[in-house]
Amino acid sequence: MSEYHLPPYARAMGMEVDHVEDGAPVIAMDFATRVMGRPGFLHGGAIGGLLEMAAHAALRAELERQGSDSRIKPVNISIEYLRGGVQERTFARGEVIRAGRRVANVRVEAWQGDRSKLVASSWMNFLLAPRKT
Amino acid sequence: MSKDEKVADLPNTSLPEGLVFDPERGARWFTRHGHTGFLGMEYHDHGEDWIELALPWREDLVGVEETGVLASGPIISLLDNATSMSVWTRQGTFNPQVTLDLRIDYVRAATPGKTVIARAECYQVRRSMAFVRGIAHDGDASDPVAHTAGIFMLVSSEGWAKP
Repeated sequence: MSEYHLPPYARAMGMEVDHVEDGAPVIAMDFATRVMGRPGFLHGGAIGGLLEMAAHAALRAELERQGSDSRIKPVNISIEYLRGGVQERTFARGEVIRAGRRVANVRVEAWQGDRSKLVASSWMNFLLAPRKT
Repeated sequence: MSKDEKVADLPNTSLPEGLVFDPERGARWFTRHGHTGFLGMEYHDHGEDWIELALPWREDLVGVEETGVLASGPIISLLDNATSMSVWTRQGTFNPQVTLDLRIDYVRAATPGKTVIARAECYQVRRSMAFVRGIAHDGDASDPVAHTAGIFMLVSSEGWAKP
């Protein structure tokens, strides 16, 4: 895929594309005060923001493979917080379950040092809107 | 020193369990620290079991550069914080809790340049869980930007926060 461009919010939060795995970018975010909730732990909203960015990036990559440049609008997200995010680099990767004509469904997971111990798991739905040309 | 002053003057460490929670002072304390402080959240209003927090629009929080629409990440954070504080507002005391799950429906895009306000309500507290719901709007509560429902787990203070 072409290089994924992160929006201002993601850059301000210190998110970056760590690598691409099976076509989906793995988005990483280092621990810092700006992403901390209760002392010593990641803020749930910062985890949510990272999950959304990974979901968006995975979907963008999938649409690109399909030759589509549709605009992507988030419809909803449901996040399960599985364990506290500690003071480490956090990763997230999305998996496109289905990308139809109007709607896309994406699963996303976030983890830290040990990938088998997820910090959060999530599903997201997106509305796809073809660009008017 | 009154209990209220204690909340306001605490350093950036955990709040003691069972501390009387004054929503306005508590929210003003939280919004000075960590992620909440970084995003620039502000206390707005509260009642017996609800609280409102505001998130002023800022260029570096934008999700779509071409339109200037706020990213949805800061909306998650705003709703997470507001719903979390609504639990303490209803209880009247501060108790350690963690987010079990949070669901957010993005009803429409937030208007670029406008402050987003989250109004969150804790509608029930059980022995181990607190149930919350809320909306985010940018001026008209009848035309919300987002809607949320979530559950917080009430936990022991041991290991809840690290100095």
